[in-house]
Amino acid sequence: MSGRRSGQSSEGTSSRISDDRIIELMSKLQQLLPEIRNRRSNKASASKVLQETCNYIRNLHKEVDDLSDRLSQLLSTIDADSPEAAIIRSLIM
Amino acid sequence: MSSSSTISNPDANSNRTRESKRKKRRKIEVEPQNTNLDQSKWRTDTEQQIYSSKLLQALRQVRRSNDSPSRAIRETADRVLAVTAKGRSRWSRAILTGRLSLRLSQINKKHKRAKLNSGNNIKSRKPVVKKRLPALQRKVRVLGRLVPGCQKLPFPNLLEETTDYISALEMQIRAMTFLTGLLSAGGTADQLG
Repeated sequence: MSGRRSGQSSEGTSSRISDDRIIELMSKLQQLLPEIRNRRSNKASASKVLQETCNYIRNLHKEVDDLSDRLSQLLSTIDADSPEAAIIRSLIM
Repeated sequence: MSSSSTISNPDANSNRTRESKRKKRRKIEVEPQNTNLDQSKWRTDTEQQIYSSKLLQALRQVRRSNDSPSRAIRETADRVLAVTAKGRSRWSRAILTGRLSLRLSQINKKHKRAKLNSGNNIKSRKPVVKKRLPALQRKVRVLGRLVPGCQKLPFPNLLEETTDYISALEMQIRAMTFLTGLLSAGGTADQLG
């Protein structure tokens, strides 16, 4: 982050990261977060948004891990060439 | 003309490319990148189908006889996700190129730590005052570590990568949940019939 600040002071206005851009990105991010979306208030501090983002990403990672676990169990019991696999493939593709 | 003789490229465009390279280096702090990451496509059925079929193909080739099949599947799922992203985002490129370089950097870190510990015993005896970063910066750092390949990214780019990454993860979960449902339904049907 200090790199960003030094870039601001030495380069002048042309290379300053616009606050509007950051605000826009933060609000887009905010819309993705279930926690903040469900509270129906658009006011969330930057700190809260970042915190919720980290928590949410960690939750998503955990879900993917759980799903991988489940998939590994299921795949070990299903023969790849069985008719079920063919049905599944046709459903997806 | 060629005040900088660093590049001995007789190409006529050499000056221009050198300038643009310099500009790019300076502009790494700015990089507007006008939302070229359209994360709404992660919500389309098409993307999910593309992902699901690629994932299924990849899973058939995963060798599940190793220690942690769940880990292998997780890595496959992430890799296919990165492929589906078509390399437009930094996190996807990092996933695709990252496996090897991650291990190399981990080895380097171990060597660095070993060197420090052996040489600077005096420093380790002094009470180390930990510099607490302000809370916001700490969170940004944590976020940078959570999104693959985005540790040293400037803040707005990090935000953009994050929104794309979150949308992609949500799609990944939808697709894998769907697959899991299909497979478990297929399994029980087999048991019944």
